[in-house]
Amino acid sequence: MDLRLAIQLAIIGFTFFMLINASAILVLAERKIMGFLQQRYGPYLVGPHGLLQPLADILKLLMKEELRPKGADKWLFTLAPILAVTASFAAFATVPWGAETTFFGLLDEPIRLGAADVNVGVLVVFAVTSMGVYGIVLAGWSSNSKYSLFGGLRASAQMISYELSYATALAAVILLAGSMSLREVVDSQSGTWLGIIPRWYVFLQPVGFIIYVIAGVAETNRAPFDFPEAEQELVAGFNTEYSSVRFALFPQAEYINMVTMSAVATDLYLGGWHLPGIPIWLGWAVFLGKIGLILFTYIWARWTLPRYRYDQLMYFGWKWLLPASVVNLLVTAALVLYFNG
Amino acid sequence: MAETLAFYALAGLAVVASALVIGQRNPMYSVMMLIASFAGLAGLYILLDAPFVAMAQVIIYAGAIMVLFLFVVMLLNAPQEDAAEWDRTHPLRRPGIARVGAVLATLLVVQLGWALSAATGLTAPVGSRGGSATVSSVRELGRVLFTDHGFAFEATSILILVAMVGAVVLARREGDS
Repeated sequence: MDLRLAIQLAIIGFTFFMLINASAILVLAERKIMGFLQQRYGPYLVGPHGLLQPLADILKLLMKEELRPKGADKWLFTLAPILAVTASFAAFATVPWGAETTFFGLLDEPIRLGAADVNVGVLVVFAVTSMGVYGIVLAGWSSNSKYSLFGGLRASAQMISYELSYATALAAVILLAGSMSLREVVDSQSGTWLGIIPRWYVFLQPVGFIIYVIAGVAETNRAPFDFPEAEQELVAGFNTEYSSVRFALFPQAEYINMVTMSAVATDLYLGGWHLPGIPIWLGWAVFLGKIGLILFTYIWARWTLPRYRYDQLMYFGWKWLLPASVVNLLVTAALVLYFNG
Repeated sequence: MAETLAFYALAGLAVVASALVIGQRNPMYSVMMLIASFAGLAGLYILLDAPFVAMAQVIIYAGAIMVLFLFVVMLLNAPQEDAAEWDRTHPLRRPGIARVGAVLATLLVVQLGWALSAATGLTAPVGSRGGSATVSSVRELGRVLFTDHGFAFEATSILILVAMVGAVVLARREGDS
């Protein structure tokens, strides 16, 4: 096997491995940050400062008994968590996380850091993440429980409502970059204006960025839009009847979806691995730092903001977010045509 | 070789899943099979070197419209469907509407067979590139859509708008009067 193929396979394996780790790290980060925001320590007993808590959690979940309600649909009940977690992993496949590199002269031709690179990368991410909702909806339906059913219903309605704004916000960036490949979008953001302001699309698309982040939080079912779970109303929503590993796959899918959402936001709006003054070979670290910042904001928002009411969610999505994103797209298209056409 | 294999696998998935859509008693499974069929079609579009169409297929049909279908099926909590009463009676004693359906179905099968037999000259290799029908880049697709097929595009838009207005009118009627 030649070296290039081996390295490409290693990069794919590494991406997969880091995604698995990310869900474990995020569980700990969430509990630690929550503790900090609520003026307590959070997990502190397993390992130094509670750092090994995720391992304990995983072991506990693996040891639990797997239950399936009598009235549940056998096939779909098993399929649902698999679908959710598969879609979350697959969505990251076309997300690049670093500049091209030769690994300090190891390779003759530079290789791209990222599992795959296709010319409709943005659409692939969007298509695969939109498949993830089936995991939640089917889990809700197949459990044959009223709480689960309501969770699943809410998930589907929420997904339909916010996907539109999300896609329209994406389209504005695609117009600016003139490409649907995430790598090309990132590369068109290198350099600076006036020597100090980085040429990131967040400065050209401030409205689009805000819409993207809000719709992204709703798409990943995180607070303040965590209606499919809504533990104060629906016990645990769509995953009420799940236990053991099947249950564990749902939070894992949610955390990986958060990572994907942050990574795409970084690539589209925050210049990916570009940061003025940092050499390009350290791009992956810049990328990681930006993702971390967005993920922290995610967790921060969850433990700060109360949940919306369901009708407020619909009202906000259809009457504010969607019109705003459409106007944003039209204005962007007109300006691109004026300056480039 | 690999492309031919992929074609038959994807086409098989699309055909078998489509047949299972109408073969299911449970509407939930029908929806799932329809999604599988769309996935097969998306794969075929990729083989035809049209990744944009493939992704649009997944995003719009599998990602949005089928979620809406699932929503409706779950909201109505549709039970398993049983065969209609007349399905168990003698074919000649069935109601007229079933006979019209049978005639139309026969016509469709005949038409399909005729179309397939007439199309033997068009056996282009799977995944062949080039030719005016291949729309690979989004820019090209947009140009064709808004110039050559501009009228059809606008007519479709108006048709969808009319359907939308109609749905709103129907939904509004009961609450307001």
